Amino acid sequence: MPAGSPTGHAPQPALSLADVRHTFRAGKRVLTALDGITAEAARGAVTGLIGPDGAGKTTLMRLIAGLLRIDAGRIEVLGIDVARNPLAVQARLGYMPQRFGLYEDLSVAENLDLYADLQGVPRGERTTRYAELLRMTGLASFTARMAGRLSGGMKQKLGLACTLVHPPDLLLLDEPTVGVDPVSRRELWQIIDHLTREAHMTVVFSTAYLDEAERCDSVLLIHEGRLLGHGKPGQFTAEMAGRSFFATASLGRRRLQARLAQAPGVIDAVIQGSRVRVVRAEATPPVAAGLVAEAPDLVLIPTPPRFEDSFVARLRALDTTPAPPPSATVALPPTTPQMPSGDVIAIAHLTRRFGTFVAVDDVSFTVARGEIFGLLGANGAGKSTTFRMLCGLLPPSAGTLRVAGFDLRTAAAPARGRIGYMAQKFSLYGDLSVAQNLRFFSSAYRLRGARQRARIAWAETEFELGARRDATARDLPLGFKQRLALACALMHEPEILFLDEPTSGVDPLARREFWRRINALAEAGVTVLVTTHFMEEAEYCDRLVIMAQGKVLAAGEPEAIKRAARTEARPDPTMEDAFIAVIGSPRQPAHAA
Amino acid sequence: MNSGALRRLYGLLRKESLQIWRDPSALAIAFVLPAVLLLIFGYGVTLDARNVPIALVVQKPSAISSSFTSQFSHSPFFRPQRFLTIQGAERAMAAHAVQGIVWLPSDFARRAEAGGNAPIGVIVSGVDANTARIIEGYVQQVWATWLTARAKAAGGGSALPFSVQPQVRFNPAVDSRDYLVPGLIAMIMTLTGALLTALVIAREWERGTMEALMVTRVAINEILLAKLIPYFVLGMGGMAGSVAIAVFLFGEPLQGSIWVLTATSALFMLAALGMGLLISGFARNQFVAGQIAIITTFLPAFILSGFVFDINSMPRVVQIVTHVVAARYFVVILQSVFLAGDVWSVILPNALALLVMAAIFLGLARGTARKRLD
Amino acid sequence: MIRQIMALIVKEMLAVLRDAKSRMVLIGPPLIQLLVFGYAATFDLNHVPVAIYDQDPSQASRELVAQFLGAPTFRLVAMLRSPSRIDELIDSRQVQLVLVIDRRFTRDLLTGPPAPLQAIVDGRNSNTALLIEGYANTILNDFSLSWSAAHGRPAPPAVLDMRARFNPTLRSRWFIVPGIVALLTQVVTLLVVGLSVAREREAGTFDQLLVTPMRPIDILLGKGLPGLLIGLFEASVIIAAAVLWFKVPLRGGLLPLYLGLVLFVTAVTGIGLAISALAATQQQALLGAFLFMVPSIILSGFATPIANMPVWVQDLTLINPMRYFLAIVRSVFLEEASVDALAGQYWPMALIAVASLATAGWLFRKRVT
Repeated sequence: MPAGSPTGHAPQPALSLADVRHTFRAGKRVLTALDGITAEAARGAVTGLIGPDGAGKTTLMRLIAGLLRIDAGRIEVLGIDVARNPLAVQARLGYMPQRFGLYEDLSVAENLDLYADLQGVPRGERTTRYAELLRMTGLASFTARMAGRLSGGMKQKLGLACTLVHPPDLLLLDEPTVGVDPVSRRELWQIIDHLTREAHMTVVFSTAYLDEAERCDSVLLIHEGRLLGHGKPGQFTAEMAGRSFFATASLGRRRLQARLAQAPGVIDAVIQGSRVRVVRAEATPPVAAGLVAEAPDLVLIPTPPRFEDSFVARLRALDTTPAPPPSATVALPPTTPQMPSGDVIAIAHLTRRFGTFVAVDDVSFTVARGEIFGLLGANGAGKSTTFRMLCGLLPPSAGTLRVAGFDLRTAAAPARGRIGYMAQKFSLYGDLSVAQNLRFFSSAYRLRGARQRARIAWAETEFELGARRDATARDLPLGFKQRLALACALMHEPEILFLDEPTSGVDPLARREFWRRINALAEAGVTVLVTTHFMEEAEYCDRLVIMAQGKVLAAGEPEAIKRAARTEARPDPTMEDAFIAVIGSPRQPAHAA
Repeated sequence: MNSGALRRLYGLLRKESLQIWRDPSALAIAFVLPAVLLLIFGYGVTLDARNVPIALVVQKPSAISSSFTSQFSHSPFFRPQRFLTIQGAERAMAAHAVQGIVWLPSDFARRAEAGGNAPIGVIVSGVDANTARIIEGYVQQVWATWLTARAKAAGGGSALPFSVQPQVRFNPAVDSRDYLVPGLIAMIMTLTGALLTALVIAREWERGTMEALMVTRVAINEILLAKLIPYFVLGMGGMAGSVAIAVFLFGEPLQGSIWVLTATSALFMLAALGMGLLISGFARNQFVAGQIAIITTFLPAFILSGFVFDINSMPRVVQIVTHVVAARYFVVILQSVFLAGDVWSVILPNALALLVMAAIFLGLARGTARKRLD
Repeated sequence: MIRQIMALIVKEMLAVLRDAKSRMVLIGPPLIQLLVFGYAATFDLNHVPVAIYDQDPSQASRELVAQFLGAPTFRLVAMLRSPSRIDELIDSRQVQLVLVIDRRFTRDLLTGPPAPLQAIVDGRNSNTALLIEGYANTILNDFSLSWSAAHGRPAPPAVLDMRARFNPTLRSRWFIVPGIVALLTQVVTLLVVGLSVAREREAGTFDQLLVTPMRPIDILLGKGLPGLLIGLFEASVIIAAAVLWFKVPLRGGLLPLYLGLVLFVTAVTGIGLAISALAATQQQALLGAFLFMVPSIILSGFATPIANMPVWVQDLTLINPMRYFLAIVRSVFLEEASVDALAGQYWPMALIAVASLATAGWLFRKRVT
């Protein structure tokens, strides 16, 4: 593994990290946020800081910006020691924190003015500078609007414009693409390209989206405070050459995926459309024979490696625990579903207004039993509002909806006992222990006596929570929080499962394991409705709708949606390509002068 | 301060003013809350007992007994009710219908005419000790007046060898509102100075804007000044509004000069702002900041400042503690400026104490402020 | 149903007790307030600084001064030789009372007209001024009666024999400390209940609760009962502290006290639930609780008697549950009141409790479902 090898050979790097360590104190415990990071970022290049939530990306960003005191090691920005002279570094730095650092009750122009004053931009230069930034970000017609009333993508661009009023030598962007729609993401990347190629700025960019790695000149892959890899994105994918394949068989994609995941020599198997994408431990020719006994007609077609493959391979190498047990126990027999055959969820002309704002605009779709159905869209697209209406948490302004034959808003309590719900950010009672959470939710779902004990025992074994049963939920690692949240939602063996952003921020292995369970549930006949803004996750769905600005823009099977976006230039579009094609071409050419 | 620093300060001040102007909750804490508090206190809080319901028990009416009881009918302090038996009066007191009993036993007239020193039973309900004391004082006055009137009518010497001539300075009507309302201004300025300032800074931490400010060229002094100046102006505005309500609505006298009031208020405001800045240094969310501000600034300003409860009467240890409560010095100044005038012997030492407190709190706030997140 | 509510109650108690911040709300502020109020909030006068200007130093005046300073109420700061410093001492608040003994004092005492005595009081704190006057009068009257008797002057036809029922030495701590029971019970219950729903809304668990088969009424009960229990517990601790630490006599029975307490806590819980239903964040809930608490404490009779307020304000206090509970605690503690005697306090509180719970239920239905 070429960790630590510098990528650029410029005389002096823009940023150099030497054995950077940082710990936090949380009550009595000491948490290691960064554990000896050594790396460099070349001038004029985009360096990606990539890793799941909790990897230590933000801590590293703050250390570079001089906002935290370094515990050990040394950070130099443009040759200046940050710990010694933070002010000198800050004078040459642009930093956009996670929520963009905007004053929501100030207008676009007032935010720009504030940062221009703070960065000492002379008045005379402002008019031309603002014009340039506003053109680049496409905000020119919104200067009088309050920042709080901008969409996520516009806030992101305004935040960027504010850090750029005085062009910095080093630009730090902390997770600028979280919750932003793919079109805005693509526009942001165009701006970053422009800044590095033409203005020769150095950009350090942190993200949890692994697919963004391929856009960087150089990547630092971070996991649990440690550097897993450092190099050009091509280096990462090159290691994986000849190891990834698309697999097809008549077995059905979910079963095939489950079998392949258990097959020897396979380190990764994920559903992609109608096929299963397989990554093997070593480069092998595409020989499928004997890989899966139940699928004699298995065919493997080579496919180019992705950045994520290398991340998964590295994590598997670290992960010494044995592979998860076969997922037989997950398949819970739903208690004799008396479902009318056909559609389990049906909504027609669903509309929701907040004042004059239309959050959901005439949305219709149906979901059949045993289907995994996706609601795809950026933050603010209306998917969460639709989701909340389906769960009975919010009354619709117009339209009809039926879940298992009921409107959950007016249905008697027992009807709600047939659904399971996993809220955004794995909402659990943080102060309660794992066992207390399980006990509470099972009681809330009216389980008692032997059955309650059996279900709690089931959850503790199935989700491997037994060893942590007395741990406080707040202190669990994110992956375990996610498991516990799912366990709580499944205590009463629901027929329908609602999942709101169920995998945001967790690492790729936890995400895979999560989907393995969901697939098993769907196989057993549980209907699953899931919202996500991860485009790749759409691949797991049987059918999905893409939403933007409250409207359904496309509906159907993932393959069909991708097929519709196929062009001459792009014969094999990704879900993100399809999404952008559906929404329409980028709204504003992002190329600036 | 160079021109770059001035421009940064200007930018921050402009931002802060716009935010205050657009945030209804800031204006509510600065102007609406003071008005509400003043009205509640002005009308709701008074320690003055008037028309106290009292039971008069005269077991055997006579000329001398009626001359005594008629004094109660004429007193503005009492609303007498007559009872024939002491048992009836006791029942009324148990039912809270009367707060005290004046009892002339059946042998009252005989003993008064014979040797004198006829006992008059006075029983007050001691549950509310303060009101009980005040009632006792009123009864003594009635009794003394009665003795003097009788002596004069008889043409003889007074029954009492000497007479006390009370003279209440500064507040001859002994109206409790006159001393509570000025003290309230200190409470109100504590709310704006410490609570509001701590809350708005905590909000910047919560929303992540503080993080963005910290990485710009702005210096920590500029960030602090940019909070200090607008909330100083806001607090002084709230003070002016409160004084206006006190003077024009409640008719409080303002004996001292407006300049002394303004200058000492400014000092107190600086001390309160210093406390607010200090709190915001370690409380980075609004919930915690609010709790700490209420417990460490508002509550002491209420109880330990001499605003309602007299500091002289507190236990020695508590009296020592009151010296670190900035409101203590300001309440003394306020009560003097409103009721007595520009008494320099009160104003100067207390203003000096305020100056020291302001310097300490602002100094601590500056000393603990870091341009860092940890 | 019952089991679900029980589970919710258990969860709620665990959440409050396992969270350091909530524990602090329950323990820190009440303790500080108990100590501060118990020790600092007093209307008793002690060591009032006085100056005496004796223009007629004599046996009689010395006896008078000795009697005057014999009580712990007054503390001599200065014996004056001339009137010039009187104004200065009063103005600068070095003394709160100046007693001026006239030049004709001894002469008038023995012969003709009443001997003049002047008491100059600082009126900037009018309550203190009134009390000083009262104390001074009592001492001087006692002196004059004993002096008359000793020197054969005719006795006055009648003298006052003053007694205070329930609190013979008129200690204001006996008045304030039982009041703290009501004050802190209200603060703690309101905060626990008022913040509980907002906390779940912020954590996102509230939605999770709503999609379970629990009905709004179950959730309402599950949220309200823990507040009720915690309020009762907190009140019991403070009652114990009042009796054991501050030595306030608890003369009445626990039945009339706890009957009032349960009604009071129920009424406050209803108000807390209503705040909870309206507030989207803990911030708003805190503000709402504060907005209710300040007027409710001021208009309860906690520090200043309701009887002194203007009539329209007195009418307003009728909807304030704390007003009734305060009357109950004080009556039970000092007057040994029985359930019968307090009936007039119980039923308005019960009425308020029903109304506040109904409002909370209605708001809950409207806001969350």
